[in-house]
Amino acid sequence: MDAREEFKKLTQIPEFEECVEDKELLMTDRMSVLQINVGRLCNLACKHCHMEAGPNRTEVMEKDVLESCLKLYQEWRFDTIDITGGAPEMNPHFRWFVEEAVKICRNVMVRSNLTIMLEEGYEDLPEFLAANKVTVICSLPHYKARNSNKQRGEGTFEKSVKVLQKLNALGYGKESGLTLNMVFNPGGAFFPPEQSAMEKEYKEHLGSEYGIVFNNLFTITNNPIGRFGAFLIRTGNMEGYLTKLYEAFNPGAAAGMMCRSQLSVGWDGRVYDCDFNQAADMPIEGVGSIKDLPGTSYKKRRICFNKHCYACTAGQGSSCGGSTA
Amino acid sequence: MNTYYNPEDLAKFGTMGEEAPKLWENFMQYYGAVFAEGALTAREKSLIALAVATAVQCPYCIDSYTQDCLSKGVDEEQMTEAVHVAAAIKGGAALVHGVQMKNIVKKLEL
Repeated sequence: MDAREEFKKLTQIPEFEECVEDKELLMTDRMSVLQINVGRLCNLACKHCHMEAGPNRTEVMEKDVLESCLKLYQEWRFDTIDITGGAPEMNPHFRWFVEEAVKICRNVMVRSNLTIMLEEGYEDLPEFLAANKVTVICSLPHYKARNSNKQRGEGTFEKSVKVLQKLNALGYGKESGLTLNMVFNPGGAFFPPEQSAMEKEYKEHLGSEYGIVFNNLFTITNNPIGRFGAFLIRTGNMEGYLTKLYEAFNPGAAAGMMCRSQLSVGWDGRVYDCDFNQAADMPIEGVGSIKDLPGTSYKKRRICFNKHCYACTAGQGSSCGGSTA
Repeated sequence: MNTYYNPEDLAKFGTMGEEAPKLWENFMQYYGAVFAEGALTAREKSLIALAVATAVQCPYCIDSYTQDCLSKGVDEEQMTEAVHVAAAIKGGAALVHGVQMKNIVKKLEL
């Protein structure tokens, strides 16, 4: 089931570019974030995962690709390295890469599902991340066990709580300068709630029930591709969901689209405008691999869009850093 | 038409303004104001709307406000409790009207 084939059938929903009046917004701006998807291997198989990551995936980024990422980071003067996956910790070069990244970048972040840090061979990761002052962005779809486990699998919430408590004990989420952010995903074909209100609710519940503290909550709209897209198609929800996204198009959110200021690198070195375009198999045209980019200068490029991009411009807007409008 | 309730009809709600635009405009203005953040949050109002929708058994409103509640971060457990509030009030209302029955019985029976 291919979401992009479904998008073609939904002719009543205009192409994304047609909705954006200011055509300058269809081009990239200054590059800020180098987001690196180091592989689709994961210890979990979450229902909403646009990358369709899981324990049986074999795609993992090689060291030479990671080296090219480090080179390009310095040459193009990004300010953030955002490491994602899969479970990025499962890439065999993960620790080496983090140690190299923090030497050249003050803002290195790792997107973690938390539960990996209880698996054999990964138990010391909290200490490793703290020692390297890496920002942790963790997925926790809900503050209630039942709702969270529905998306990520039975027992994952309880494991996540254990790891969060350990991260807190190391100083994460406190005044120590170790940042701990959380990501909320809606548990189905509907929009996320207002970000600051949900953050307050998370802090109240996780604080009073488990003594957990964290910095910020990012609410992210589920993107209608990958495993979530397949769910929409299978359940007959694609048309309704995409229509809702389109009808909630917010021009203000278009200006804040993350693709305008980031480069996203896939496990095999192909480059994209964002992680969602990776999942939709829409690489940047004219660039074969990240390995071809060091030694070249950055030029503004036209962003590749499709109808899944309405997920980033609906209502309060959505990005890997939460709401944008 | 093979059913009185057609999901597509919800999108035609606005046609109720065609013959009475002023009344429609007033209603929509009032409706918007009612659901805005106030002494109650928009989220609390959405939950109340869902409970009332089940009580008055309006499938359009149940559809709309279930979706609205989900988008405001209300989960199924909370929505279920709200529906039970509606059920308790409806059930209680039926039972308390039984007192009228008892009053009449008392008056008429020997």
